[in-house]
Amino acid sequence: MSITSTNGKNISRSDEMVRAEKIVKSFGNLTVLNGVDLSVKRGQVVVIIGPSGSGKTTLLRCINHLEKIDSGHIYIEGEMIGYREVNGKLVEDREATIARIRSQIGFVFQRFNLFPHMTALENIIEAPIHVLHQPRKEVTERAMALLAKVGLSEKANAFPHKLSGGQQQRVAIARALAMNPKLMLFDEATSALDPELVGEVLKVMRQLADEGMTMAVVTHEMGFARDVADHVIFMDKAVIVEQGPPEQIFDNAQNERTRTFLGMIR
Amino acid sequence: MFRWDIVWQFLFSSFIFQAAWTTLWISVVAQSCGVVLGLFIALMRMSRFPLLSGFARAYTWFFRGSPLLVQVLLLWDGLPKLVPSLLLPDFAVILVAFSFNEGAYMAEIIRAGITSVDPGQMEAAKSLGMRYSLAMRRIVLPQAARVIVPPLGNEFNNMLKTTSIASVIGLQELTGTAEIFGSPTFSIFELLIVATFYYLLLTTLWSFVQGWIENRLDPNRSSKYDLQDRKSFTARMLGFGSHNGGGTLVSGR
Repeated sequence: MSITSTNGKNISRSDEMVRAEKIVKSFGNLTVLNGVDLSVKRGQVVVIIGPSGSGKTTLLRCINHLEKIDSGHIYIEGEMIGYREVNGKLVEDREATIARIRSQIGFVFQRFNLFPHMTALENIIEAPIHVLHQPRKEVTERAMALLAKVGLSEKANAFPHKLSGGQQQRVAIARALAMNPKLMLFDEATSALDPELVGEVLKVMRQLADEGMTMAVVTHEMGFARDVADHVIFMDKAVIVEQGPPEQIFDNAQNERTRTFLGMIR
Repeated sequence: MFRWDIVWQFLFSSFIFQAAWTTLWISVVAQSCGVVLGLFIALMRMSRFPLLSGFARAYTWFFRGSPLLVQVLLLWDGLPKLVPSLLLPDFAVILVAFSFNEGAYMAEIIRAGITSVDPGQMEAAKSLGMRYSLAMRRIVLPQAARVIVPPLGNEFNNMLKTTSIASVIGLQELTGTAEIFGSPTFSIFELLIVATFYYLLLTTLWSFVQGWIENRLDPNRSSKYDLQDRKSFTARMLGFGSHNGGGTLVSGR
């Protein structure tokens, strides 16, 4: 079974799923992104690592416009997200347009953010039914298949507070996948989990990567980054310090800050 | 001296039934309008457009800052002087004044309810492609409801009793009716006992209704529901078992 059916279609249009150019973002006086460029190609797994406060989570949130940017451009499959150009100036785009682009991007949160008033199954079918207006029966079947895929068939009717953190995160991944996204963003998806639950979530993410899903992953799991990433980005103090294939970053880092960071993690 | 026979005579009289009914429907209509108004004022107050939030602030400031009795009299007495053509019937004056006043209080209660919901919920909804209005309706408000209902219950309880203010412009709800029948016969005390009985009856009935609503919104209740009924029900409806049936549903994907 593949959940990346949408991936095969538009290859001719653009090889690049995400393109971010010179992103600048500050919170008050604090600059969290200072001219960051990012490119995620179709089918690629890009892993972003770096110390806390380096801006990696903010970068990920900018990609689906959960954060506004101060300057720069972000394109999803060549289409600018969040802003449109009016007489050479960038203005915030219409809500409907932003929502439509977002519906094609799965986002997995550190704190899961499942809807607590809905069962696992209801969490998954909510957006396909109310956003994509797909028939309930079809969506429910797909949702059950997704629950099976993340190993939670028997939890379909459990409410989130009855699930462990790892189970909740797997439901959250299934919820994002139910929209048939062309891109998945993972924001420290395992950071809020007890150590023994991290593996089950990483396994699902690994499986997705194997199926060819385009992914941008912010994580502190260096083993995962080394095994799964096609491209690793090391960020520190609001800029990308170093990037390259995992072997280069983990075994032969050129920059002192990268080596120091990786040294502290090990 | 106190005359029980007058109490008994009026307790089950059609005048009092009529009056209790008036009290009830004014309360229900004004409270419902107040909740709807309050929802919009609350959303305006949280808007990022200064004009909307400013208006909401001013609205709440005025209606919470002046007595309801004064608002009723302003509308009843003052409005026809400003706009002579606009002569509202008494019950309309009461409904408008009560609804607007209640809207200000409900706005604050609803705003508190909405702010109590984790902002991550709105973010998750948006990340799934939901627009603000859909996310509000399907995700945020159902969760805010649990925080909103208890104070809403208080508000309605107050509303049932506050309708007595309507008697000052001659509307015959419970208190007004008690005065009308009590004053000429010097039995106002007996009639007020009758009115009190009905106020207590209405507020008691409401407390049961409120308890039922709160119970329905209780997460613990839904988890019991979840474990016992829901599972077997969906299992039957969808036709898969609890452990190994999921895979059979995969069709051509």
